[in-house]
Amino acid sequence: MRTTKRWIAAIGATVLSVVAGSAGAADPIKIGEINHYKRMAAFAEPYKKGIELALDEVNGAGGVLDRPLEFIFRDDQGKPGEAVKIAEELMTREGTVMLTGTILSNIGLAISSLAAEKGYVYLASEPLADSLVWEKGNKYTFRLRASTYMQAAMLAEQASKTDAKTFATIAPNYAYGKDAVAAFKKALTALKPDVEFVTEQWPALFKIDAGAEVQAIERAKPDAIYNVTFGGDLAKFVREGTTRGLFEGRDVYGLLTGEPEYIDPLKDEAPEGWTVTGYPWYDFEDGSNKAFVDAYMAEYDERPGIGSLVGYMTVQSIAAAIERAGATDADSLIAGFRGLDVDTPVGKIHFREQDHQATMGAFVGTTTVKDGAGIMVDWVYKDGADYLPSDEEVAKLRPAN
Amino acid sequence: MGLFIAQLLTGLANAAALFLVASGLSLIFGVTRIVNFAHGSFYMLGAFIGYSLMQVLPGAIGFWSSILLAGLAVGAIGVIVELLVLRPVYRAPELFQLVATFGVILVIQDLALMIWGAEDVLGPRAPGLKGIVRIMGEPVPQFDLALIAITPFVLFGLWYLISRTRVGILVRAATQDREMVGALGVNQSWLFTGVFFLGAALAGLGGAIQLPKGGADLLMDFNILASIFVVVVIGGMGSLPGAYIAAVLISVLNVFGVAYIPQSTLVLMFVVMAVVLTVRPYGLLGREEVAGEHGQVGEPEKPIKPAGNLARGLVALLLVLLACLPFVAEPFFTILATDVIVFCLFAASLHFLLGLGGMVSFGHAAYFGGGAYVAALLVNYASAPMELAFLMAPIGAGLLAVIIGWLCLRLSGVYFAMLTLALAQLVWSLVFQWDEFTGGDDGLVDIWPAEYLSDTTAYFYFTMVVGIGGILLLRHMAHTPFGYALRASRDSARQAEATGIHTKRIQWVAFTIAGVFAGLAGALFVFSKGSVFPVELEIAKSFDGLIVVFLGGVKTLSGGVVGAASLTVLQDFITRFEYWRLALGLVIIAVVIVAPRGIVGSIRAIAEQRFSRGEVER
Amino acid sequence: MSAVLEVRGLTKSFGGVLAVSNVSFSVAKAEMLALIGPNGAGKTTCFNMLMGQLPATAGDVLLHGEVITGMPPRKVWRRGIGRTFQITATYASMTVVENVQMALLSHHKRLFDVRRFAHRAYYDEAMQLLELVGMQTQSERACAVLAYGDLKRLELAIALAHDPQLLLMDEPTAGMAPKERIGLMQLTADIVEERQISALFTEHDMDVVFSHAHRVMVLNRGELIANGSVEDVRSDAQVQEVYLGGGSLFNEVAEGDHA
Repeated sequence: MRTTKRWIAAIGATVLSVVAGSAGAADPIKIGEINHYKRMAAFAEPYKKGIELALDEVNGAGGVLDRPLEFIFRDDQGKPGEAVKIAEELMTREGTVMLTGTILSNIGLAISSLAAEKGYVYLASEPLADSLVWEKGNKYTFRLRASTYMQAAMLAEQASKTDAKTFATIAPNYAYGKDAVAAFKKALTALKPDVEFVTEQWPALFKIDAGAEVQAIERAKPDAIYNVTFGGDLAKFVREGTTRGLFEGRDVYGLLTGEPEYIDPLKDEAPEGWTVTGYPWYDFEDGSNKAFVDAYMAEYDERPGIGSLVGYMTVQSIAAAIERAGATDADSLIAGFRGLDVDTPVGKIHFREQDHQATMGAFVGTTTVKDGAGIMVDWVYKDGADYLPSDEEVAKLRPAN
Repeated sequence: MGLFIAQLLTGLANAAALFLVASGLSLIFGVTRIVNFAHGSFYMLGAFIGYSLMQVLPGAIGFWSSILLAGLAVGAIGVIVELLVLRPVYRAPELFQLVATFGVILVIQDLALMIWGAEDVLGPRAPGLKGIVRIMGEPVPQFDLALIAITPFVLFGLWYLISRTRVGILVRAATQDREMVGALGVNQSWLFTGVFFLGAALAGLGGAIQLPKGGADLLMDFNILASIFVVVVIGGMGSLPGAYIAAVLISVLNVFGVAYIPQSTLVLMFVVMAVVLTVRPYGLLGREEVAGEHGQVGEPEKPIKPAGNLARGLVALLLVLLACLPFVAEPFFTILATDVIVFCLFAASLHFLLGLGGMVSFGHAAYFGGGAYVAALLVNYASAPMELAFLMAPIGAGLLAVIIGWLCLRLSGVYFAMLTLALAQLVWSLVFQWDEFTGGDDGLVDIWPAEYLSDTTAYFYFTMVVGIGGILLLRHMAHTPFGYALRASRDSARQAEATGIHTKRIQWVAFTIAGVFAGLAGALFVFSKGSVFPVELEIAKSFDGLIVVFLGGVKTLSGGVVGAASLTVLQDFITRFEYWRLALGLVIIAVVIVAPRGIVGSIRAIAEQRFSRGEVER
Repeated sequence: MSAVLEVRGLTKSFGGVLAVSNVSFSVAKAEMLALIGPNGAGKTTCFNMLMGQLPATAGDVLLHGEVITGMPPRKVWRRGIGRTFQITATYASMTVVENVQMALLSHHKRLFDVRRFAHRAYYDEAMQLLELVGMQTQSERACAVLAYGDLKRLELAIALAHDPQLLLMDEPTAGMAPKERIGLMQLTADIVEERQISALFTEHDMDVVFSHAHRVMVLNRGELIANGSVEDVRSDAQVQEVYLGGGSLFNEVAEGDHA
C-alpha cells in the first residue's frame, strides 16, 4: 500500500513539474533537430558540434527575443518513417517551434513533405537534393547548403575552361548521384556544346567494384573524369584508379571530394590535382572563416568538417530568422526566413524568396597531398548566388505558391 | 583480349573476400543450422581489427600476420557469441536463433563505433605488392594476383580439414545428420563452438584481407550481407566448393556487368540467383533438404480456440480504451499509436505466414513496401484519389506475393527463406535503381490522405478501423477451415496430402493473403507518413518483422501483434539514448535467452504452470 | 466381380537398386489382405507408390479399373483410398477431434472457407468416427500428447473420414500392447465387414496377420514370393527360408495359432 501511495505521489509530482515547466518568462525557444547520428556518425558528429558552438555564442549574447535558444537532438536511425514520427513528436510534444537537420536527401524530402502538410517550418540544413527547393519545393521548407546543382555547376565551369572534350562520369547509382551527373552535364554542355560524354559508370552506393569501374572507364579513354562517389566508394575508386594509372594525364573533377569528411580518410593517398569542391579549413589567413575555425578548434580540439560549418550556420540562420520574425509561429518564421540576410563565417548569405534556397556557396580548389593528408590549394570561394538558374527557370521548376 | 583477361582477373580477385566470408556462413549453417545474420558484423570486425593491428605491426610480415591475427581474434569473438548468446537457445524453436544474431548485430555496431569512431578508415596497402603487373598490356594490381593465388589455398585447406581430418569428418557428419554425431558420443555443443570459431574466423579473414582494396566502415556489415547470402544459396547451403564457384561467378559477372550494363549492377546478382535456383533449386552443389528438416521443431504449439467471451470482452475494452487515447493523451501518442498499429498489422501478416503456415519469409518487407509504393505511384502518376490508391495497394502487394510465392514455394525450409530474401532484394534494387519511375532513393513524397482524414486524430481512427480490423480478420482466418488447412499443411504435409489437401496451393494462397495484409499495412503507412522510400523494402525492414514475430512468440496467435507493439514502444523509448543500438541489442538478446518461447509463449507457459500446480500431469 | 485395386508390374528403383520389382496383385471387395516381409523388403515403398507418395518406375495401379499411377496422393484419396502411416502423421497442434474434422472438411471441399469457424464443422461426424475407434474420450486432448497406440487409432479414424473403399494401413498396430493390437485389428475387420470395403495392411506381428488376414502376400527384397491363403503362405518353403532369421517366432506364432 505504502509503495502504491509513493508511486502516486511520484507520478503526481512529475505531472505537476511538466505542467509547471510549460510556462515561464525565460523559457527557451526550442528547435527540433533530426539527424542520422548513428547511421552517418562521421558527418553528424561534426555537424552537432558546430551547432553547439553556435548555440553557446547565441545564448552567451542573450539568446533570441530575450529567450535562450535550445536544440533538441533526435536520432532517426536513418529511416524516413522514423524521422517523420520524431518530427511530429518534436512539434506536438516537445514544444519546438520549427524543425531542422538531416544529411540524407530522402529524409530531408520526407520531413519537407510533412512540413507542408502540417504547416511546420523546416530548414533543411545539409541535404543536397535539388528537388527539395524546386520540384518538391513548398512554402514551409528552406535550404541552407549549396545544392547538388550549384556545386556541380561550379565544377562544370572549371571543366569548361580546359581543352578536355570527352568526359567519363562515375556516380553512385541513386538519386543524388544521378542528379549530380545530370546537373554537371547540363551545365557543361551549356558552356561548351561540343563536349562528349563517353561513358557513365553507376556503381551501387557503398558497394563499388572499384577495379571493374576503373577498367570500364579506362576502356572509354576519356580526356577527363567527373567523380561523384564518396565515402568508402571514393577511397576504393581512388586507390584502384591510382594503382592502375587511370588518373595519369587526365583532368578529374570531384564533387564534395575536398570536404574533410571525405578526403581525410584517404590520408596520403588522397588524389592529387583533382578539381574539387570542399572546405579548406586549414588555409584561412584571417577574417570570419578563420575566426570560426579558431573558435571551433579551441572548443573541441579537433578540426572542423564541412558539417561543422553547416551546423554553425544553421544556428546563425535560425537565430537571425527568429529575431527578424519577432515571433515563433509558423507564418512569422516563414516571413523571417524569406529574404533573410545572415552574416556567417563564409560571408553574407541570403535566403531567396523565389525558391527558399540560401546562397551559401562552396570552396572550389585543387587537391594535393601535404604532410600525409589531402588538402585543397588554389581555392576560391564561389558565391552560390552565381550558380543558380534564372528566376524564370526556377519559377518553372517550382510548383506555384 | 587483354582487357577481357584483365577483367576476368579483377573478378577473381574480388571473389576472394566474398568467398572467405560466405564459406564461413555456409559452414556455420551447414553444421548448426543457424542462419547467422551477424556474419556481416564478423566481417566488419575483421576489417577493423586487421586495420588496428596493421598500425602496430610493421612490414610485410606484420601485414600478413595482422590478417591472420584478425581472423583468430574474430574467431574468438565468434566463440564468445556462441557461448553467451546462442548456446542457451539451441533448444528454442527453429530459426529463433536468428533473432539472437540480430541482437548481436546491434551490439557490435555500437561497440565498433565506440572503439574505432565514426570515420571510415582506409586500409593500408600490402607491403611489397603496391605496384602493377602488365598482362597483355593491361595493368593488373599485384595484390589482386596475390588474392587470386591465396583463395584456392584457403579452399584447399578447408577441404583438407573437412575431408581428411577427424574433426572434419565429424563436421561433415553433423552437416548430414546431427543426431548421429550425438550418437557417436561426440560432444555436440563443442563441435558447434568449434565450427562457430572457424566460421567467424573466416569472416574475419575476409574482412582483413580486403583492407588493401578498401577499408573499414560502419556500414560494411549490412552491405555484404545480401551478397554472402546470395553466394551461399547459389553455391548450395553447406557446400564450400559451391561457395567458391558462386563467389567467382558473381564477382566475374559483376565485373562484366559494370562494363556493359553499368546501370543494373544491383539487380544482376539477384537475377543470377533466381536463374540458378530455377534450374537447380538447391544451389549448384547443394543437396536436397530432407523433408521436415526445417519444419517446426521443438514442442508443437497448443491447440487454438476462438477467444471466449471473457477474452473478447477484454479485447473490446482495450479497443475502447485505445479509442479514447486522442481525448486523454498528448497528440504525439496518437501518432505513436498509429505507428504501432501499422507495424502490428505488418507483423500479424508475417505471423500468419510464419506461425500458422510455418513458412519463414526473409523478405516480407517486399509486400509492405510494395503496397506503399503501389499507393504512392498511383497518387504520384495518376493523381488517384486516396481511396482508390488505398484499395489498390493490398491488391498490388497481393499480386507481387502471387508471383514471388509461386517461385519460392517450389522450395522449402531455409532455401525457401533465402529465395524470399533474394526476390525481395530484387524488388528493392528495382525500386532503388529505376529512379525515373520510382524516384529511387529520393522516394515518392507528398502522398497525403484525403481532406477528411488529414487530421492526426481522424487518421488514427481510420488506422484503428483498418489496421485492427485487418489483424482481427487474420486472427479469424486462423480459426476457419482455411486456417486449419494451413496448419495441417505445416504440421504434417504427408497426412494433409494423403487426405486431399493440396498443401502447396493452400500455402500459396496463404502467402498471397499475407502479402495482401502486409500491403494494407504499407498503404496505412504511406498515408500516415506522406512519403515512401526504398528503405521500406529493405532487408532491415523484413528483419524487423521477423524479430517481433519471434520475440512475441511464433507458436502463439497473438505473438506477432504483442511483439510488434512491445518493440515499437520500446524502440521509441530507447532510441532517445546515445548508445541505443547497444541497449536494444542487449534487450533482444536478453529476451531471447530468458524467454525462448517469445513473450506471449513464455507468459502462457508460466501461467499454465501456476494453474496446473496440484493437477496430475502425464 | 472386378477387383477394387489392381496392381500390375509395379517397380521402383532408387539409382539402379530395385526396391520393388515387378509386383502384381489385386485386392477384392471386402477383403483383408496382408502384405508381410522382413524389414527393407519394400512394403512401405509399395504403399507409397500405390497412393502416389512416390512415383513408380514402372507398372500400373488401377482403382476400379481406372489408372491412378502418377496421381498425387490427394487425388488418389479423393478416389476412395485412405491410408495410415508406418510413422504416424497427425496434426500435432490440433486436438484429436480436430484432426478428424480436418479430413472431413477436406472431404466436403471446404478447405478454402474463411467465414465459419472450423472447430464446429462436422463435429458430430468426427465424434462418431472417434467413437468407432474408441477415442471419443480423448477427443479434446492435444494430439501432441497422445500415446503411440492412440495415434494409430486416430489415424484410422482420419483414414475412414471420407468413407473410402480401400484402406491402406502401414503397420497399424506397431507400438501397441498385444491386447490393443487384437482389438484394433478386430475393429478393422468389423469395419471391413460392415462397410464392405477392402483393407491392405502390412504387419510385423504374425499373430495379428494370421488371425485377421483373409489372404497374405510375402514381399522379399522387392519381389513378391508368395500370395495366397494363410495356410498356403505359412507352409511355403520359400517363405520359411526368408523368415529363417526370425524363424522361431514365426513358428511359435504359427503353433500358437493352431492351439
